[in-house]
Amino acid sequence: MIQKITFGLLCMVLSLHCFAGKTLESIRQKDQISCGVNTGLAGFGAADSQGKWTGLDVDICRAIAAAVLGSAEKVRFVPLSAPQRFTALQSGEIDILSRNTTFSMTRDAAMGLHQTAVTFYDGQGFMVPARLGIKSAKQLKNATVCVQSGTTTEKNLTDFSRANKLDVKPIVFEKLEAANAAYFSGRCKAYTTDASGLASIRSREAKNPKEHVILPDLISKEPLGPMVRRGDDEWFAITKWVIYGLLEAEEYQITSANIEALKSTSTDPAVMRLIGKSDDMGKLLGLDKEWLAKSIAQVGNYQEIFERNVGEKTPLALKRGLNALWSNGGLQYGMPIR
Amino acid sequence: MPAHFFKSKQTLKEWVLQISLLIGLGLVFVWLGHQTWMNLKSRGIQSGFDFLFDPAGFDIGETTWIDFDSAESYWVAFAVGLLNTIKVSSLGIAFASLLGLALGLAASSKIWVLKAICRTYIELIRNVPLLIQLLSWYVLWVEYLPPASDPLILLQSLFISQEGLSFSGWVWMIPINGTFMDGHLWWNTPVVTPDGVQSALNASPEFLSILMALSVYTSAFIAEIVRAGIASVPKGQVLAAQSIGLKSAQVNRWIVLPQATRLILPPLTNQYLNLIKNSSLAVAVGFPDLVSIGNTALNQTGRAVECITILMLVYLVLSIVVSFLMNHLGHGFAFKK
Repeated sequence: MIQKITFGLLCMVLSLHCFAGKTLESIRQKDQISCGVNTGLAGFGAADSQGKWTGLDVDICRAIAAAVLGSAEKVRFVPLSAPQRFTALQSGEIDILSRNTTFSMTRDAAMGLHQTAVTFYDGQGFMVPARLGIKSAKQLKNATVCVQSGTTTEKNLTDFSRANKLDVKPIVFEKLEAANAAYFSGRCKAYTTDASGLASIRSREAKNPKEHVILPDLISKEPLGPMVRRGDDEWFAITKWVIYGLLEAEEYQITSANIEALKSTSTDPAVMRLIGKSDDMGKLLGLDKEWLAKSIAQVGNYQEIFERNVGEKTPLALKRGLNALWSNGGLQYGMPIR
Repeated sequence: MPAHFFKSKQTLKEWVLQISLLIGLGLVFVWLGHQTWMNLKSRGIQSGFDFLFDPAGFDIGETTWIDFDSAESYWVAFAVGLLNTIKVSSLGIAFASLLGLALGLAASSKIWVLKAICRTYIELIRNVPLLIQLLSWYVLWVEYLPPASDPLILLQSLFISQEGLSFSGWVWMIPINGTFMDGHLWWNTPVVTPDGVQSALNASPEFLSILMALSVYTSAFIAEIVRAGIASVPKGQVLAAQSIGLKSAQVNRWIVLPQATRLILPPLTNQYLNLIKNSSLAVAVGFPDLVSIGNTALNQTGRAVECITILMLVYLVLSIVVSFLMNHLGHGFAFKK
């Protein structure tokens, strides 16, 4: 990790042009988007045995690649640990950071980064072995808790511990894999990270997922989404609007399965705008008319992405909950594309 | 400054050359600093060391000598990390030296079996990457040892379990109503409860893993250095010592080791410096050393340049102090003219 951060710092110190001017231009030139993702968090960003990346965060990058370059395959995935991720983005090693990253004021205001749109509303939770019979996070007095460094999690844990006088003892690991190993070997009484992350780790790493329970308490708000560098409003707008577009597509029930049919049959002006059959919305972003249609056709709308990666039929078995559309009682609200 | 500096007759040309080299170097650093500053500014990244006085807001699982509370500032957190680094490095240096000396002596012995065992150990240990050894030690502690509710007890004073090592010993504190207050010396004995081992003297598996990994790894290199140092003492001296009736241990103590030490010290210093720097791998097993704290601070504040600068400077100072001490020690062994 030090090498990556040092590389990033060298870029800044020497003012080498580690990234050249406008992100969109350089992406077109490379014909590829560099997307920073998790090193291995099932459902969000993980490579399978063939080296193919899957996950919700991964699909967001693919959707953007489809909108910008016409193909969802034109993405180079760069796996990053939590401490590496911001330096990688600041230094220009990646074009977009889509790695279950929490939006917060410090990150938005002081680190030269822009938060785009929330792709997953989450909250920090705890996982404990079922045999301990713990029912609430408030029972974790003096407990050792495994946590990954470089996350908002560390600070939330401390806040929660102070507020409830729990005096928990954090054991902080740089790598997710090491934190997982320490928890499952019994070194820590509890494991803390975003609730979705816990579900992912439980489904993929536990010998028997039933032996571990995720406690109902959520101790923080964790709005997760992609980040981009500051100073490039054009690229910022593209990432934001592709995400809103995927949400809008769900709202208007445009899916990867029906989009071809809709292109010839739909008469709904909103749908026609989204799939590039009437107004040219793409040119406002410097993209072509079918920008969003390509994303939807190749990756699917938000619902498809959600269900494919983390939904109830996946090992993570997450309900839509806060991530349902606003019209279904959730928080996901695609800004209107018009 | 060495005395001959003034005595040497440098020509004007040489002076001009040297001074302009210094000025040139200085300018390069000023330029680098300026570039960094401007680049950070243009990218909207806030910078400065002012954050050191903000409350840290995170807890540290393990501290040495001083306690840490999340309301204390970042610089205290860095100090806690530094103390943890110093603790693991100094103990590591002590154990690695003892083990290395013993192995080096054994590898120089005439007993074939002992020699073979030592050679195997040295080759095995120094050819496996330290990080892998470190992770193996950690897995060994947390995966294969009994739970803390049922620890392995050695001599009624060493309690070994998944949660580390608890041991008996004197402590300069007495517990009063759960809070610790200075008092008289008090004999601590670990007690096994269903919740684990209760003891005032504990070492966590994270600390023990990094300590063992550093000690074992470095001892293999030290053993080689010791062996080479011993081999450098002319055989005639050993024979001469034996002929005047010294026993083998006496030959080592009075004839071989003092001479070998002169050759051993400089490469030994290198090993000590390596050990200190290698202790930064502690972050891999969750021991809160300086790098681990630096990582956390970096991520909470986003001040990457500042945090990495602090880390580099602290390791630089630590290394300079150690090499200064070792050089000082070396003078004692030098041939007196």
